[in-house]
Amino acid sequence: MSINLTLLIVMGVLYACGIYLILERSLTRVLLGLMLLANATNILILSTGGYAGLAPLFTKETSPDSYNDPLPQALILTSIVISFAVTAFMLGIIYRTWVLARQDEIQDDLEDRRVAETPSFDAEDDAIVPLETSEFAVTPASTSDRDHPEATETPNTSTTREGGSA
Amino acid sequence: MNLANLSPLAVLLPILGAALAFLLIRHHTAQRVVSIGILSATLLLECLLLLSVWDGGTTSVTLGGWLPPWGVVLVVDQFSSLMLVVSTVVSLAVLIYATGQGMADGDQEAPVSIFHPTYLILVAGVSNAFLTGDLFNLYVGFEILLTASYVLMTLGGTGPRIRAGVTYVVVSVVSSVLFLIAIAMIYGATGTITMADLAIKLAELDQGTQNLLHVMLLVAFGIKAAVFPLSFWLPDSYPTAPAPVTAVFAGLLTKVGVYAMVRTETLLFPGDTLNVPLMVVALLTMVVGILGALAQSDIKRLLSFTLVSHIGYMVFGLAMSSVAGLGAAVFYVAHHITVQTSLFLVTGLIERRGGSSSIDRLGGLAKLSPLLALLFFIPAMNLAGIPPFSGFLGKLGLLQAGVELGTPLAITLVVGGVVTSLLTLLAIARVWNRAFWRKPEDAEYPDPVLQAPGNVGVLPRTMVGSTAGLVVFGVALTVFAGPLFQVADGSAGIMLDRSAYIHSVLGDSVVVPPLAGTGDAK
Repeated sequence: MSINLTLLIVMGVLYACGIYLILERSLTRVLLGLMLLANATNILILSTGGYAGLAPLFTKETSPDSYNDPLPQALILTSIVISFAVTAFMLGIIYRTWVLARQDEIQDDLEDRRVAETPSFDAEDDAIVPLETSEFAVTPASTSDRDHPEATETPNTSTTREGGSA
Repeated sequence: MNLANLSPLAVLLPILGAALAFLLIRHHTAQRVVSIGILSATLLLECLLLLSVWDGGTTSVTLGGWLPPWGVVLVVDQFSSLMLVVSTVVSLAVLIYATGQGMADGDQEAPVSIFHPTYLILVAGVSNAFLTGDLFNLYVGFEILLTASYVLMTLGGTGPRIRAGVTYVVVSVVSSVLFLIAIAMIYGATGTITMADLAIKLAELDQGTQNLLHVMLLVAFGIKAAVFPLSFWLPDSYPTAPAPVTAVFAGLLTKVGVYAMVRTETLLFPGDTLNVPLMVVALLTMVVGILGALAQSDIKRLLSFTLVSHIGYMVFGLAMSSVAGLGAAVFYVAHHITVQTSLFLVTGLIERRGGSSSIDRLGGLAKLSPLLALLFFIPAMNLAGIPPFSGFLGKLGLLQAGVELGTPLAITLVVGGVVTSLLTLLAIARVWNRAFWRKPEDAEYPDPVLQAPGNVGVLPRTMVGSTAGLVVFGVALTVFAGPLFQVADGSAGIMLDRSAYIHSVLGDSVVVPPLAGTGDAK
């Protein structure tokens, strides 16, 4: 089996550029990188088919040795269609990002950042538990709350606020 | 007629259903009827397939008139048909849930017209990946389900979903490219991509080449299955999708990756060359995943991390390459698909009832909606592995297999598995204590919905019903754990033996090569 050096070098260059580009933060460059990777892989599949030869099933008299292996080409065809669909979808997403955020960059996950910055102290789990936790204990604080004169005024204020808004 | 000849219908029916649902894009009721009807028919067919191979048969179907080493074959055995049945039960429950949500909300949250066809295509891709006996067809199956999942992930096109979608799409495409490179190299080395033929021809290559191809496949599948350290994309991207979409992704997509890893380890590269690295990776996946879950305050993100963590159990079972270990892993996959999906569905209900999925904003749900609390409690305890649930049985099987193997690393993994199980219980208990048990007033930032009087946020019956159905199915896995474990162990025996699979695809005259290096490298 002869080796087509040009194809292999082109493949290597495509892989190198593709990997460089997908490491960027700009979405368009990432997309270009993915396209290069897909095409480099197509060339890789093509080169597994071996030396160049006649089209498969050219005539019945042709000897099987002079055919090219048709299977890799069928695989490439499928993978081209798939990468075409994915590229179109990526373009759609990139456009949507542009419409929404006016930028062409991969954004951080905000919730992830928030969790990372949360201190290890957790108010509910780690706070010192007050000694009296029963719901039924009558503490001075709650009785004074119940007898508080302001409690009767609260409904009035809320109704006036509702009236004002309506 | 052999029933297995109908197996292509498991892929074709959902695709036909998708086409029909797409035609009925303006008739919402008809679309719902068609997609639920088609999926039920598929489920029925798959149950028949499972029954036909229940006692351990393996049958293959040749597609397109090309004989096996050249053409594409579909292979029905216990493992693939069991995965098909469980995955379709889960997808059907999620579809009914999503339909209920769509009917309750109108088209605001999930555009029903796009949702149904895409969802059916996702199911077709999953079925294709489970059934296929051809490596490139497996790639196509992956691409079908991934492309559908890209659309579902970014449904509605809101800011957070697009952000999550970008991460998800880029990571998936890179893993697919890796898989394709591996396929190209395997084809270059052996001249075939039929998995049964590869099982024979890969063994003839020298060890270095074998290891290279093996690692490439495992890395590609490891990204899809979210195995540490290739798991960071998952908690980043899953939680923002609509609730039913997250549920079906969590249940099915990572498990398709695990399924592909199982096939790689048993059929293509049997033996124990990579068992030690796989065990280390399994341990790290379990521990790092669950530690991540403990730090989260959003239930969906927390569940995403437990999902990553529990993938570690399956990899552990796989890495032991013994009948007991692999059988327990198969059982665990079936259990985990059901339980993880029901938990995500319940989280969708919590979000509806309580207005939020953050445990800092929730409280008092047990009093507000006891049914919801019950629906959460059962799968949550099941996930944590509390006896007598199926999670306990699966973990017990794994731990027994690990002790049986008895190497220091396996014992470390057994300890790691128990610790992870306890930490899962802790993470789940945090959710339970905060969202369900404490008073709504005690929440850090209580959601206004919780304190509103009257019927705010009442749950649609279809959504509760489908969730309850899935929870009951999860309990049924516990009740029928005996026969199920029998099938799982049987499938593990068949997969490790390989001869039934290879003979069914290539004919009985083929000589199956003996396993290289089994048993001595413990």
